[in-house]
Amino acid sequence: MGLVGANGAGKSTLIKILLGLIPPTSGTASILGFDCLTEGLQIREAVGYMPESECLPLDISATEFLVHMARMSGLPANSARERTADTLRHVGLYEERYRSIGGYSTGMKQRVKLAQALVHDPKLVFLDEPTNGLDPAGRDEMLELIAKVSANFGIAVVVTSHLLGELERISDHIVVIDGGVLQRSTSTAEATQLSGSLLVEVTDNADAVMERLRERGATVVASGAAGSFAVDLTEASVSDAVVEIVAQLGVGLVRLQRRRHHLAEIFAGEPRVDKRSADEPSADEPTAHEVTE
Amino acid sequence: MTTNSVIHNIGFRHYDGPRLGRGWAFRSLLLETLRGAYGLGRPAKVKIMPWVLVGLITIPALVIVAVVILTKQESLPLSYTSYPIAMYLLVSLFLAGRAPYAVSRDLRDGIMPLYLSRPIKRTDYVYAKFLGLALAVWIYLAAPITVLLIGALLAKFSVGHELLAWLGGMFMAAVLACLVSSIALVLASFTKRRGLGVAAVLATLVLLNGFANILIAVVRMQSSESSGALFAVLDPYLLVDALGAAWLGVVPLNGTVQTDSVLATGVFTVALVVIVAGMLGILLRRFRKVGGV
Repeated sequence: MGLVGANGAGKSTLIKILLGLIPPTSGTASILGFDCLTEGLQIREAVGYMPESECLPLDISATEFLVHMARMSGLPANSARERTADTLRHVGLYEERYRSIGGYSTGMKQRVKLAQALVHDPKLVFLDEPTNGLDPAGRDEMLELIAKVSANFGIAVVVTSHLLGELERISDHIVVIDGGVLQRSTSTAEATQLSGSLLVEVTDNADAVMERLRERGATVVASGAAGSFAVDLTEASVSDAVVEIVAQLGVGLVRLQRRRHHLAEIFAGEPRVDKRSADEPSADEPTAHEVTE
Repeated sequence: MTTNSVIHNIGFRHYDGPRLGRGWAFRSLLLETLRGAYGLGRPAKVKIMPWVLVGLITIPALVIVAVVILTKQESLPLSYTSYPIAMYLLVSLFLAGRAPYAVSRDLRDGIMPLYLSRPIKRTDYVYAKFLGLALAVWIYLAAPITVLLIGALLAKFSVGHELLAWLGGMFMAAVLACLVSSIALVLASFTKRRGLGVAAVLATLVLLNGFANILIAVVRMQSSESSGALFAVLDPYLLVDALGAAWLGVVPLNGTVQTDSVLATGVFTVALVVIVAGMLGILLRRFRKVGGV
């Protein structure tokens, strides 16, 4: 699940409420069936948290640090050591596990932060801006790792970001908050569903292709650029028709692309409050949103 | 394909063993603090200072034992209760290094959010750090005292008498450890910079000792009464010296704190409780807001 909001929107505050560290100013919250106000200890035993800030000791090794963190989560000494080795392998730090963290790159430190959130095998992890400070390649790696945590490890993930594109790639549900108020809660598929149009670009003779498509009853809209136009996807056969016509006319097909909405487009305009958020207790201060697996 | 091929499962393994909860987490943090104080699980350069200091505080005890055995003395020249007081400078040095290591590092590296996301309460952190450091100091004092005991037994002193005196020494060492640890932790907890913490702890402990000694001496010059002994409350080492004399009836190292007054005993006892409780109160307040929550 992705949690989106601008800086200061209340993403981290929401996580802290859900971890049972601060009481909500109004409303109630529960995680995995535990009340955030009264059962913080049980929640924090079953949940992992990767903070946004720098939070690693620099003078000890990743292994030493993770064993300690696993024990702090309640794991017995032997299990803590086993799971530390396992977790470091999964985040790709196995080779470097005995080096002190001070010598790690930013990307490696982020992975140690992720590892400490996973080491006790939580049911749910909160990842607060996990791609912060990473270069594009590092971002991709981190996002892949997060997708793996969710898909292969079977751990529910709540990830926050102010970058919609990242969340679009890895989440199946998007929650948008601003000023502590829920703006929108929707599935990513719904948010980025097919807009029902097909972008076509041909090498030349675009007018003839458009003409033939119109003859077949398709709605064709020429776009500004030469040689490209959009076709409404009224039925699945439309794309076949495009290919057929292009072949008949012997022109080169440069592009045939389904057009998707990007989350950025959806949220670019006025923040919309959908039906579901209207049911939420809305207040000026952060309200808690129930998260279940 | 052979039938006896093996599938190596390197996928994510879930943990379904016991989760030991808050008590275990508290113990783990306490133990981690204690291990850190002696540089265990840390790089070699962190180990140097504490172990040099362990050597320095134990060597005089070894010399005493050697002299006692070789010259066939009737008793130890320095009692079990006096030894830690006599070594106050080394004890202060040990604290100056260890107290900032216990808390300033966590503050500087921003580790609090990770601890807070574990199944412990905020106050647990303070108590675990305090007890961990106090235990480290107590072990630091116990080592030479026990060397003295072994020497006394080798010299064939009365076993019962020596054991009892040793237990008294261990008890007063524990009192001293709690007192100085609480003070040093408060000083160290107000800076993220370890160097500053080291200087603050050392300067405070040395200055307090000098200041209290001067006041006692001044009062003794003015009158023959022993009321000057009350100034022992200003310095942790003098206070523990005075408490040893008052509680256990042992001869104090510093004769000026000797007093027969029941009132003085009460004052010393109350001072101990007030200082330790007050310091812990300050620590709890200090850490109430740390961790960005």
